[in-house]
Amino acid sequence: MDVGFFAQFVINGLMLGMMYALVAVGFTLFFGVLDVIVFSHGDVVMVGGFTGLSMYFWLERMYPHLSPGPKLLCMALVSMTVIALLGAAVARSVILRLRAAPSLNTLLATMMLGTVLRESIRLFYPDGANPKPFPALLPKWSVEYSGLTLRLDNLILFCIGALLIVSVHLLINRTRLGLAIRAVAQDEETARIMGVNFTLIVLVTFAIGSAVAAFAGLMNGLYYNEINFSMGLLLGAIGFSAAVIGGLGNIYGAILGGFIFAFLQTIGAVALPFASAYKDVFAFAVIIALMAWRPTGLIAEKTSERV
Amino acid sequence: MIRHTTGGKNWVRRWAAACLLVALAAFPAMAKQKVAVGYIGPLTGGVSANGLGGRNSAELAVKLRNEDPSAKYEYDFVALDDECKPNIGVQVATKLAADRKIAGAVAHYCSAVALSAVEIYHRFNLPVIVWGAVHPDITYGHDFKEITRVNGTMINQNETAAKFMRSRGYKTFAIIHDTTDYGKSHKEYFNKFITENGGKVLGVFGVTADQQDFNAELTKIKSLAPDVIYFGGLTPLGVRIRSQMEKLGIPAQFEGTSGIKSDAFIEGLGKELAEGSLSFIEGMPLEKLPRGAFFSAAYDNHGYTQPPEAYGPFAFAAMSLLLDNIEKLGPTRAKLIPAIRATKDADSIVGPISFDDHGQNTVAAISKYVVQDGKWVLWEDSEYASGKRSLKKPQ
Repeated sequence: MDVGFFAQFVINGLMLGMMYALVAVGFTLFFGVLDVIVFSHGDVVMVGGFTGLSMYFWLERMYPHLSPGPKLLCMALVSMTVIALLGAAVARSVILRLRAAPSLNTLLATMMLGTVLRESIRLFYPDGANPKPFPALLPKWSVEYSGLTLRLDNLILFCIGALLIVSVHLLINRTRLGLAIRAVAQDEETARIMGVNFTLIVLVTFAIGSAVAAFAGLMNGLYYNEINFSMGLLLGAIGFSAAVIGGLGNIYGAILGGFIFAFLQTIGAVALPFASAYKDVFAFAVIIALMAWRPTGLIAEKTSERV
Repeated sequence: MIRHTTGGKNWVRRWAAACLLVALAAFPAMAKQKVAVGYIGPLTGGVSANGLGGRNSAELAVKLRNEDPSAKYEYDFVALDDECKPNIGVQVATKLAADRKIAGAVAHYCSAVALSAVEIYHRFNLPVIVWGAVHPDITYGHDFKEITRVNGTMINQNETAAKFMRSRGYKTFAIIHDTTDYGKSHKEYFNKFITENGGKVLGVFGVTADQQDFNAELTKIKSLAPDVIYFGGLTPLGVRIRSQMEKLGIPAQFEGTSGIKSDAFIEGLGKELAEGSLSFIEGMPLEKLPRGAFFSAAYDNHGYTQPPEAYGPFAFAAMSLLLDNIEKLGPTRAKLIPAIRATKDADSIVGPISFDDHGQNTVAAISKYVVQDGKWVLWEDSEYASGKRSLKKPQ
């Protein structure tokens, strides 16, 4: 195969992997602090996309002459803030309330919450059952080299995604807030005794994870120029699998898992003899095999540290 | 005097009795018997534009009949949503078929749904006229007398498509199809006809009906460098594939089937990107149909905001055919089934309807369409045919 085409496959995989990693980071953060699996996370991504789109329409109406750059910035800020608040509200009203109950209850409750979010968009967003065209707001410039088309918009999305993950990483490892999050993750009781405001830290963690998810939703919309109410379903399942094979509770694991899944899908679609329709079957089958091989994930969680 | 008065009273009484009799006799004629007819199509989801257009058109047929003073019955229109999903389709088909108040129905845009629902109609003996689904097996895959279809099958469509593409000088093709029965059959028939006509298929890619990312498949297609990318599937996927083709800089011509011939395809892509896309569909365009103008005017007069889409006229024709038969024979399912099946040269807005021994309407022509300036234009009338504009060159 040509180098150009090979590079194109790598770029496709990287873009997909970045989206999965952004979703997986949320799963891993939530598991890190509270040992819970929040199955509504995929649908939170979708709501993030729709919030951005609504903001776009509002800006179009109020400030039709605004250039795409500031428009996008507005959309990202509003969507990430709204979804961060939504995440904190979910933590407050569902997850913290179910602390005393078996973890299976949290799992079920968040699964149902996901359905509620999905169906709400389907039923209450204007014409929400149909796929929505998402405006192309990034520059369309591209360069072509022997089968490889490198697009500026993809590059921008990838860089912002990477920047976001790096900042989450720095936030957790280099700041006082991060220290408090890590303290809660390690030992809730001791952290409380040391004066850490447990509830606040949990809410903040959920806000951070959800804001990252909102960006994933926007990225999805900008990359495919389309969003739909059911996109969170598969994204959630993939993000969760990515977090699990990477090692739940470990940010590097989530990133690694996200990229592994994207590359498995790409290989499934192009390099294997069977129809490309089976790429998801192939990818999930390999994930099962990986889980059997390393039950705690590829980068296993150290017992002393979770986030 | 007395006698006279009594006689007068008698006369008044008789007159009153006569009036009462006439009134009694006239009353049921004024309040006509109610008959319910059903409609099933995708009212939500990716292809809902087609489902809503079909619903409006079928409902229009019912409304026109209810406005007609000479109609024997008053019709209730029951529309159900199959979401283009077989599992949902089976539920609503059962609901409709099991309701004995429903005399007959026009149903289905999505082949995958129609294929799983036909047996239900057979089991409950509900006469159903298919208005939009194109898979051959919907009529030819069984011997159920309940099922008829006014629109054509995908066989003719793909034959015309293959011949046309070869005549334009395209030699090599890559096929993308969704992995439902609908998409798979499109692949099968196009593959067959294009090979017979001397074309070459370089690669076949099956994709799931809700797939979002086609970059992997398209990058592989880019390395194969075909003249044409043929897509056998419905509008939402068509939009995604065409737009991702552009992002990867693939210069091939994009060719779809009747599944993408909807205004939603152009709306989803935008005018520039949709330009030059091809599709093939049975029947003539609305404005060329003998009573197309009548249909369009009635459609607009009844205040429908969504367009009737490609198969709206077929839904209208199917519903009209059903209502004609109910008017003639009454709302008894057992009488309607053989009568509808025996339809020969029935007048309709899509041309005369005749069913063959499998209940399939023998539709004549397949029309070729190309997107020009944000509209699906009949190939013969387009600037592409006149040579003013040109499709993508064979590579």
